[in-house]
Amino acid sequence: MLSAILFAIGAAGVMIRRNAIVVFMCVELMLNASNLALVSFARQNGNLEGQVAAFFVMVVAAAEVVVGLAIIMTIFRTRRSASVDDASLLKY
Amino acid sequence: MLTMTSFATLPLAASPAEVPVVDPAVAEGPFALMWLLIAIPLAGSVILLLGGRATDRWGHLLGTLASVASFALGVVLFVEMLGLGEEERSQGMRLYDWIAAGGFTVGFDLLLDPLSVLFVLLITGVGSLIHVYSIGYMSHDPRRRRFFAYLNLFVAAMLMLVLAGDYLGLFLGWEGVGLASYLLIGFWQHKPSAAAAAKKAFVINRVGDMGLSLAIMLMFVTFGTSSFAGVSAVSGEASETVMTVIGILLLVGACGKSAQVPLQAWLLDAMEGPTPVSALIHAATMVTAGVYLVVRSNFVFENAPVAQTTVVVVACVTLIWGAVIGCARDDIKKVLAGSTMSQIGYMMLAAGLGTAGYAYAIFHLITHGFFKANMFLGAGSVMHGMDDEVDMRRYGALRRAMPITFITFGLGYLAIIGFPFFSGFFSKDRIIETALLENPVAGVAAVIGAGVTAFYMTRLMIMTFFSAKRWKEETHPHESPAVMTGPLVVLATLSVLGGVLILGDWIKYWLAPVVGEAEEHSTPVPPIVFSIGITVVVAIGVALAVVLVGRREVPSTAPTDVSFATRAARADLYGDAINEAVVVGPGRRLVSGVVTTDRTLVDGAVENGALALGGISGRLRRLQNGFVRSYAASVLLGVLVVVGLLLVVALA
Repeated sequence: MLSAILFAIGAAGVMIRRNAIVVFMCVELMLNASNLALVSFARQNGNLEGQVAAFFVMVVAAAEVVVGLAIIMTIFRTRRSASVDDASLLKY
Repeated sequence: MLTMTSFATLPLAASPAEVPVVDPAVAEGPFALMWLLIAIPLAGSVILLLGGRATDRWGHLLGTLASVASFALGVVLFVEMLGLGEEERSQGMRLYDWIAAGGFTVGFDLLLDPLSVLFVLLITGVGSLIHVYSIGYMSHDPRRRRFFAYLNLFVAAMLMLVLAGDYLGLFLGWEGVGLASYLLIGFWQHKPSAAAAAKKAFVINRVGDMGLSLAIMLMFVTFGTSSFAGVSAVSGEASETVMTVIGILLLVGACGKSAQVPLQAWLLDAMEGPTPVSALIHAATMVTAGVYLVVRSNFVFENAPVAQTTVVVVACVTLIWGAVIGCARDDIKKVLAGSTMSQIGYMMLAAGLGTAGYAYAIFHLITHGFFKANMFLGAGSVMHGMDDEVDMRRYGALRRAMPITFITFGLGYLAIIGFPFFSGFFSKDRIIETALLENPVAGVAAVIGAGVTAFYMTRLMIMTFFSAKRWKEETHPHESPAVMTGPLVVLATLSVLGGVLILGDWIKYWLAPVVGEAEEHSTPVPPIVFSIGITVVVAIGVALAVVLVGRREVPSTAPTDVSFATRAARADLYGDAINEAVVVGPGRRLVSGVVTTDRTLVDGAVENGALALGGISGRLRRLQNGFVRSYAASVLLGVLVVVGLLLVVALA
């Protein structure tokens, strides 16, 4: 339940915020919400697979943070803005 | 083997005599060299074509030599064959397996039998004379070497045609002569009329070839073989319908090559080629291939009476058609071409009469080969002396200027109209006599044809050699050089003496192993009555021509206020107009209809489909707007949809 709420907050954040950092934090929020769900379901069902999956998610999230923050930094340096809507050149 | 008993089980296939089966012995000794007959002129042609300018100086001699060598070999084989018994005269050999596909094999078979050996002699003999003549006739042409290469190619292809032991081999030669004919008609390709005539001949011949190839395919389907031996052995067992279809398809092929109605239109235009070509191809040899095909396929036609009747009808129509054209044309070569059509009509008529006529068809073919080649070469000689003038209204009184040409041409003239004891007299009489006995209607047509022939040939003689001078002022007629008159003399002699082949019915017995022997007819009146009757008709024709043409002044230009009949005949009886209306016009409309359909339906579907796709994708790509959050929204939406569907499936 808590994870569902957290996921919804994260998703809404991704949708409505413009600041890339905040969007990024919301993505993290969604990931951790799913982690929470995985762990609690694993606990409930008494097996380890969910917990293993949660570890994988954490590892991926860490890697993603590294790459993602680097991209955001670069964009900010070149464009003087961290708004996701400004980076809309890659289109039709 | 077919026997009389197997015919008795086939009441429909009423055949008057036993149809001989082609059953060649394996060729040995000199006969094993028969492939050289084809190979020598073929080699000559290849050398001359590939040798290029290096062979310019002696190319014509090599070409003539190749033809003469082939003729010499043909004579040797003929003499050998004379020494063999009647049963052994059919000699076959398989050079190699030509096509092998599973259980189906076609060998490269050659067959030399009494029928084909006569053709070999005619083709190489007349061919050699025409080679010699061409040395003189083409001496001023810068491309003489190429001309001789084509002539050799033609001789090789024609020999392939008559020596093949299999319909496929025959087809190879058939196409070969078609190609050679195309190349030679269009030899002066700088003249648009010659190029067009060559194309016309080629296209009309394709129609005939279609018939022949369909006939061969039908033979494969029905008998599983296309060799003469194989088909003739089982031809009595197929249903009459199949045989009739095969027969008619073969006739279509023969019509194309032999310029029979309705595929006759190309022959008159083919006169655009150099005159030796007209003599060799369009008089003496190639156009007789259709007759050869019908006679060779006697085992088909004997089992298909309907097809035989069709042959007779076509022959009679052509016979009269060609003769009528010959009456009205002023171009000397076109008169001779009309006459060729008409004479080949006689041969086809004889061939269509069945066993009784085959030998006479071949007999007339040979005598015609002599006298028509003679007359064409004579016409060439006249043109040579008259600065290539072909209009007979511009000739007149040439007998003084070119006496040798006049005498040789005159002998050919007497032969073609059937003057007693010239070769044409014997051969034409026999055909008319047989026709009157077998099919009176056809016989009457043939008699009328003989009278008309006498008329137009006399007209030609009068306009060319007698009557007043109507030369253009700058022409100085002169006799041709000896290299041209020599062949004329030989051919004229043959035209006179060709009749000896019939002495004691020799040709009939000679060909009997191939075409069968007809029972003797008891004629109601002695044969001499026929001969006298026909001679009288011929005399009437000659007299008419003398009165109508000889007694009057011949105008130098063709009169225009003439009757409808003359106008029709001048236009080749509207043969081209009929072709235009019946085939070309509808064909053109059909093609333009197909093109329109293609443009609107097929192209339309493809092009509009592509346009529609382009439009749709143009709209779809607006979704790619660069805003990350809208992508995220669509991802979320997708996830929600998937989850929703999963729930629905799981709960339902």
